[in-house]
Amino acid sequence: MKTVAIIKYNAGNIRSVLFALERLGVAATVTDDHELIRQSSHVIFPGVGAANSAMPYLQERGLDQLMLSLTQPFLGICLGMQLMCRHSEEGDTKCLGMFDIAVRKFPATDDDGQRIKTPHMGWNSLYNLQSPIMKGVDENAFMYFVHSYYAEISSHTIAACNYALPFSAALQKDNFFGVQFHTEKSAAAGEQILKNFLAL
Amino acid sequence: GGLTKRIIPCLDIKDGRTVKGVNFVNIRDAGDPIELAQQYARDGADELVFLDITATNEGRKTFAELVLQIAKHLNIPFTVGGGISSVADASRLLEAGADKVSINSSAVKRPALVDELALEFGSQFVVVAVDTRLLNEAGEPTLDYTKYPVEAHHYVHTHGGRQATELKTVPWVKEVYSRGAGEILLTSMNTDGAKTGFDLPITKAVVQAVDIPVIASGGAGQKQHFVDVFTEAGADAGLAASIFHYGEIPVPELKQYLATQQIPVRL
Repeated sequence: MKTVAIIKYNAGNIRSVLFALERLGVAATVTDDHELIRQSSHVIFPGVGAANSAMPYLQERGLDQLMLSLTQPFLGICLGMQLMCRHSEEGDTKCLGMFDIAVRKFPATDDDGQRIKTPHMGWNSLYNLQSPIMKGVDENAFMYFVHSYYAEISSHTIAACNYALPFSAALQKDNFFGVQFHTEKSAAAGEQILKNFLAL
Repeated sequence: GGLTKRIIPCLDIKDGRTVKGVNFVNIRDAGDPIELAQQYARDGADELVFLDITATNEGRKTFAELVLQIAKHLNIPFTVGGGISSVADASRLLEAGADKVSINSSAVKRPALVDELALEFGSQFVVVAVDTRLLNEAGEPTLDYTKYPVEAHHYVHTHGGRQATELKTVPWVKEVYSRGAGEILLTSMNTDGAKTGFDLPITKAVVQAVDIPVIASGGAGQKQHFVDVFTEAGADAGLAASIFHYGEIPVPELKQYLATQQIPVRL
């Protein structure tokens, strides 16, 4: 029996993740209850917001230590993924550190001196896919992104994307997964990733 | 790889129903916004905009309920607009599941609303819609761009484009950008409904004035018009209503065409 916990904290638009799961026929609980989270089969850590306001909130409730100790499949989405990295330039914030990667702000211009708009907003394609959660997702599949900070490419990268520079669109280390894009808003390709995650 | 140009159908909603005619083969009930929205999502629309054109409080309530249903059923992002004049209004729509809100006349009336929304929800949530029109010295609409340069003569309009303001469009978009707008939805009254193509001069001027995405709207009548607004004006997205609703230019056909013209699109 799948029991999905969505981490409740001070970041917005958790509802769209809940609805995406509903469309897949999976009920989820939005909660900050340690015991409920620990006992669930899958944990999703979504979020739209800022790293420097999210981290203190998580720490005050002990959710940082709890999340680090989890062993079931765990998926961070957008800000959630960035918070799973080591450090974010957003407010110079020390983050959870499941992935030993820095999160940086997109540069104002690319290598050719072309202006770079932030946030990186819209549909962009993935490449170098390599993880069970990318099963059935085509190389160059499009996902919907909205973010101004990015995680660097690293050995944990399971999907890359280009915007001004190559960055990590998805990460994995052991049971910890992260996606920078809004898998819950990325049409059928995004749903495939959620399905794969729930099948783990 | 790289960010694609977005194609955005816009649905006008009144009392919970779509108002403009819809001529779609696969739709059972042409007035049902959810069915229409889902069909657009299946067709490959990149995003949708829902504008509430209801004037009554009762209608506004119906709209908020509709937004919740849209959020439940739609697997692509959507923006909602119409009648949002406070953080509380926007908050209700965010709670219902909207990805972004669009504000227009209320921002002109009280520009601080842009700051308040950006601070509360983040810039990515705040679309400022700007209705604009080129006016001559007598305040009459004109299309004479050689005589009336866009920076000096394109004016912001409110109330669905009916009412001219003293605000010049290019400085206005710079202002809302600096106040925290995350995106500009630019509709030219000069071209809106004419199907002769987007207003390229003002779109280009706005694209160059700000470092946030610009959605061009008003005037699309042919597939080539989208190519023009992307390549010549540098718009990030193209929005239209009737050409999509009446099936004049089906979204899949448009996107295929754009791809053949080397425009990066999601197929």
